[in-house]
Amino acid sequence: MSETTVTGVPVSGWKRLAWILLPLLVLAGSIAWIVASDPLRSFDNGAPPVEALTFERTILNETGIHLMVRAGGSEPMTIAQVQVDDAYWRFIQDPPGEIERGATAWLNVPYPWVLGEAHMVIALTNTGTAFEHEIAVAVPTPEATSSQLLAQAIIGAIVGLLPVAVGLMFYPALRGVGRGGMNFLLALTIGLLAFLLIDMTGDAFELAAESAALFQGPAMVVLAGAASFLVLMGVGRWRGTPTGLSLSFFIALGIGLHNLGEGLAIGAAFAAGSAGLGTFLVVGFTIHNVTEGIGIAAPILKERPPLWSFVALTALAGGPAVIGMWLGSLAYAPQWSALALAVGAGAVLQVIVEVGAFLLRSNDKRSAFTLSPTVIAGLVAGVGFMYATAAFVKI
Amino acid sequence: MKSEDNYHETLTRRGLLLGGLVAASGAAVLVSGATAQDMAGHDMSATKAEPAAAHGDMMTVGEVDYARNGFDPSTILTEWESGTVSMLPDGRTLRSFEIEAIDKEIEIAPGVMFAAWTYNGRVPGPALRAKEGDRLRITFKNFGSHPHSMHFHGVHSARMDGVPGAGLVGPGEEFVYEFDARPFGCHLYHCHALPLRRHMHKGMYGAFIIDPDPEKHPELADVARSRLLGTPENARWQELVMVMNAFDTNFDDGNEFYAVNTVPHAYAKQPIRIEKSRPVRIYLVNVTEFDPINSFHLHGNFFDYFDTGTNLTPTLRTVDLITQCQAQRGILEFSYAEHEAGQYMFHAHQAEFTELGWMGMFDVVEA
Repeated sequence: MSETTVTGVPVSGWKRLAWILLPLLVLAGSIAWIVASDPLRSFDNGAPPVEALTFERTILNETGIHLMVRAGGSEPMTIAQVQVDDAYWRFIQDPPGEIERGATAWLNVPYPWVLGEAHMVIALTNTGTAFEHEIAVAVPTPEATSSQLLAQAIIGAIVGLLPVAVGLMFYPALRGVGRGGMNFLLALTIGLLAFLLIDMTGDAFELAAESAALFQGPAMVVLAGAASFLVLMGVGRWRGTPTGLSLSFFIALGIGLHNLGEGLAIGAAFAAGSAGLGTFLVVGFTIHNVTEGIGIAAPILKERPPLWSFVALTALAGGPAVIGMWLGSLAYAPQWSALALAVGAGAVLQVIVEVGAFLLRSNDKRSAFTLSPTVIAGLVAGVGFMYATAAFVKI
Repeated sequence: MKSEDNYHETLTRRGLLLGGLVAASGAAVLVSGATAQDMAGHDMSATKAEPAAAHGDMMTVGEVDYARNGFDPSTILTEWESGTVSMLPDGRTLRSFEIEAIDKEIEIAPGVMFAAWTYNGRVPGPALRAKEGDRLRITFKNFGSHPHSMHFHGVHSARMDGVPGAGLVGPGEEFVYEFDARPFGCHLYHCHALPLRRHMHKGMYGAFIIDPDPEKHPELADVARSRLLGTPENARWQELVMVMNAFDTNFDDGNEFYAVNTVPHAYAKQPIRIEKSRPVRIYLVNVTEFDPINSFHLHGNFFDYFDTGTNLTPTLRTVDLITQCQAQRGILEFSYAEHEAGQYMFHAHQAEFTELGWMGMFDVVEA
């Protein structure tokens, strides 16, 4: 190898600035030239602009149907007419006029919608392109009244806080377990987290597909998940690998972000007024989430954490369900729900890695543990329990 | 009309969960003694229609720029294209028409542009009107981007049929259709280039009316004279031409807009003035594509109907609704003489067509 070294040519501050500005000026000049001379003119084949319209929010109230739409076409879009159930209706657009790419507007239609029935809304643009939006079951959209917020908080507590608290109440009973029992519980935790990871990722991609194209849903989900994973890994290992109580807090955070995403989706369903079947679904969901508490408790079985930490763990893991409910029913948009779920998926992946590392470290014979029937049983039990109880809530 | 398959119910896991949540929240609220938002309560009184509008809020928004379109539904109702008249050596009348096919973007509904194919720049094309027995000479020039033709519903030779091989005109070319005007009645012409359906729904159609010659129908000469444009008997009548059409703006083989004479709700926003002392005659033509049948229903009144207009006595008496298959047409005659003045609605009685634009009003006035 030659000994060529980059001799540190002393570049003065001004020169450096000039070298940064030059490429930027070339870029700005190029854009100005493209806009001014329109070299793409020869590609103009007379085709109409590509149009895309996403319905992000639906509000039904005593003044009719209100829809928030986001334009995503190659040009600003004009909504010329609105149909509801195959009939043209007067509507007021707010703000009026063309909708710029990426911008949103409300379409307010004074339509006498029918409680409990389905409606189909079609927005027609000036080119005659039709964009459909189905209101599967028309019910009044919840409003941010104190009683409404309280009711939603109670539901959020039932599906979020209650099961975590119940799971953590196994803590005294589990304290006495030996090495095998500990391995089983940690493997169970990994299993249930793996289920949540798959579940959240699927939901995140599903919501991403509903959102406007300019958000690039799938890429956003992957990048947000990866970023959240890396940030939490970095934060978690800032002062050594997390163990014990700090690991429990990371598990609680991951589960909390999962519950935030769940809350958003439940709140959105609440606002959209989907059909309902019964209370047993809430019960099923609560049972489904009880394992989350056991998982949070697993890393601290060999410690004696202060009592407040249990309250904090419960609040961190279950509380976001309440916040999610509120946000989801009052300010729902598919892309933000997808983002929240993606961040949650990254957090869940981080705790899977950390719980796995914890399991590895707490066993001396590392090669033996991986094949241990106890660990395999724990993994299978974790995934299996989550899968089986999910059957209550998936129809 | 479109298929209803997009109405499939979508039930999600959360949707089902929601029912439980609602139940749980109800219980929780009962416990807390507070009152949750009443989900069952459902009051639509705030959406009441303005009393001034006949159809309330169920209406297209805005106005069509008729000046830019180059035609106004309110004036084409009574616009007859009678051609240039001259005398043949044998003493018969020669009626010459000049028709051009033009590609033109028109505003078919407020704010909605449609890349139409037109006759003389308008949709429907000019309402051609002749007298039974006239010699007709139609010079057709194609300034469009596709081959077009004029296929007349009437009696003519195979060479004059306006189908591929007989009078189909390529872009930049021209053809002269020549035949006698018969039988008398309410007919239509349309482009018969292929694919037919596209050439039809892009706007290439128009009414073709042949008035009966009273001398040929001595037994009903008065009736024939009342239908012959230019006679004093005919001047008494208020004659209107209505072409029931529709537009598929997103090319899914289903119509987004329905109307008579192209613009949805045009006659609802600008009602057609009817002097109650004068009888009304409507030349009604159905050229709606995709939907096999269209209809006409008159409010508060009944009419006599002359299917295809080829008879001087009604084919249906005292009806308030008739249906027409694609390309079917006929003449409606009625009078509001005995009525009080006011606004009388007319529309297709397929409610879907009505609500997608095919609805108008007669403004019956004392006169």
